[in-house]
Amino acid sequence: MAGRRRAGAIGSHNGRLDLRPLMPSLFDKLWDRHAIAQTPGGATIIAIDRIFLHERTGAAALASLAAAGRKVADPARAFAAMDHIVDTLPGRSDVTTMPGGTAFITETRAACAAAGITLFDIGDPDQGIVHVVSPELGIVLPGLTLVAPDSHTCTQGAVGALAWGIGSTEAEHALATGTLRINRPRTMRVTFTGTLAPGVTPKDMALALIAAHGAAGGQGHAIEFAGSAVTALAMEGRMTLCNMATEFAAFSGFIAPDTVTFNWIEGRRYAPTGALWDAALADWQDLRSDPDALFDREITIDAAAIAPMISWGTSPMQSVAITGRVPAFAGTGSRAAHDKALAYMGLAEGQPLAGLPIDAAFIGSCTNSRLSDLERAAAIIAGRRVAPGVRAIVVPGSSAVKRAAEAKGLDRLFTDAGFEWRESGCSMCFFAGGESFGAGERVISSTNRNFESRQGPGTRTHIASPETVAASAIAGRIAAP
Amino acid sequence: MSRPFTTLTSIAAPLIEDNIDTDIIIPSREMKSTSKTGLATGLFAGRRYTQGRAENPDFVLNQPRYRSAAILLAGDNFGCGSSREHAVWALAEHGIRAVIAPSFSPIFAGNATRGGVLPLVLPRATIAALAGEAITIDLPAQTVSVGADVHCFTIDAEARAMLIGGLDAIDLTLQSADRIAAWQARNRIARPWVYL
Ligand code: SF4
Repeated sequence: MAGRRRAGAIGSHNGRLDLRPLMPSLFDKLWDRHAIAQTPGGATIIAIDRIFLHERTGAAALASLAAAGRKVADPARAFAAMDHIVDTLPGRSDVTTMPGGTAFITETRAACAAAGITLFDIGDPDQGIVHVVSPELGIVLPGLTLVAPDSHTCTQGAVGALAWGIGSTEAEHALATGTLRINRPRTMRVTFTGTLAPGVTPKDMALALIAAHGAAGGQGHAIEFAGSAVTALAMEGRMTLCNMATEFAAFSGFIAPDTVTFNWIEGRRYAPTGALWDAALADWQDLRSDPDALFDREITIDAAAIAPMISWGTSPMQSVAITGRVPAFAGTGSRAAHDKALAYMGLAEGQPLAGLPIDAAFIGSCTNSRLSDLERAAAIIAGRRVAPGVRAIVVPGSSAVKRAAEAKGLDRLFTDAGFEWRESGCSMCFFAGGESFGAGERVISSTNRNFESRQGPGTRTHIASPETVAASAIAGRIAAP
Repeated sequence: MSRPFTTLTSIAAPLIEDNIDTDIIIPSREMKSTSKTGLATGLFAGRRYTQGRAENPDFVLNQPRYRSAAILLAGDNFGCGSSREHAVWALAEHGIRAVIAPSFSPIFAGNATRGGVLPLVLPRATIAALAGEAITIDLPAQTVSVGADVHCFTIDAEARAMLIGGLDAIDLTLQSADRIAAWQARNRIARPWVYL
């Protein structure tokens, strides 16, 4: 199927500027809008409209840039947020539970100030997880390119942008030149047809896709999510779906912007206003795949057949319907990896997932920490109590989400039920040497990665939707919402 | 500017598992400073050390014959997960100059190329046969040879040129500064809302 792009001359992936496809896909349009030049090696110099940094990887990029005597080309279009290292405990400061964490914070602050980059710092009303803050403030917009040294940057493709994660050295390149040199990725369309059943969420769509096609299934592709079940999603749900594109090994994930997108973006701080808004809106109407657009690969999934999902192993592809059982080795991948995952998770083939006792429940992360996520979880826990012995934590994705949730009284619903209500940030989505859940603890988590030791050495993570996490926290065992 | 890569001969250390993520390559807790160096001791820390940070004799890179291996053999989707470039810096600092896998995470492959570590794609069966062998990678010729056996591989021309030259991508791009500026000037008129 490779090379099936219908182009003016040949279907090639070398991104030659003169070969615009006759029936371009959304990706082709996004790419062509930003292609500046070809390199002799066949890569494209792509214009980067927005750069976002965080204190985990951003300080390294800025420090290295400064050491090389280079400047940030356009600091007005670069932003940074404190999310990874900063604590989410009440009364937080530059001192963190992560050993050496303070240096990441203070060095990022100093480097951003020196470079003239807007930083959403600790205590700033707009602080939060990069991929929550950027859409919330209208920093990412339809039709833009945005990069960040963070793999979940693909989240932001939900607004119809081309957003992808890069390394620190590429971040330096983007900062210094306003461009990146990259090879044109192959394209894929993942179409979710039909309608989701009640209680089934975008998180379940992502897990169902990855479980069916493998963690390497999207290998390097620029993936457009489409179909009736995708267009039916509200903006925040679209972000959850695009967030997991990196767990599918995709280059990025994105969704064609529509009225839902435009209405959501209008009025946000960095979004255009007045005549500029009108011009932008007119321009954005073209951001959709032509009806006959061709993709290198297509996957179609019946949304109605998707059930609430939960991971059983140490890769998101090791996920099943929550009513299911730990599967027997299916013959793909390696038997050793399958057995290793079982041993790590303390599970046996054939064991049902529902009913497994849990030690902790975590609601948060750039996947599922937005207001609607918290509202849906709160509706489940309202008036109930977390099961005895279960540690339950909610971490809003941004300070704005936290305030909005508090205005609706969600914080009290959660704390009354026995949840900890935190400051915003990445928190225990990942372990950096500070807080963790502990070895052998079974955690149900609304995050995106169930890798070995992701939430702490030896911690056994099951990823699921916030609804499933909430229902399980109450039950004290893995339970369907 | 990374160390130029032309040919490399080394024993190939097998860590042939799928989905070796960057948390495994260097756990987050091992990234103790914002520096790009001092990371080699954190490489594969979760596997390389037992409790109390004693060496785990079972881990491949701790075995006497693989201690100075410069080539690592891996499974599908190597380097998936977090975008942390520390994974490449730690590999390079430890002395790993090439990873051979059936596929790589796209972010890892980009980072590796820039960090002077060759992400080399070969079929799974070929990789299995390379385990423990002394092999030679010839990047300009795009071959991997074991004795008289020669396997060809492909790599995109840009990555190849960057690795062979140990080139700094920023310097290269800045050679097109005028073209970039002209493009931006046009784009500012066409899409003014992009600019803040
Ligand atoms: S919430 Fe988790 S996955 Fe998202 S950016 Fe933070 S650490 Fe990464």
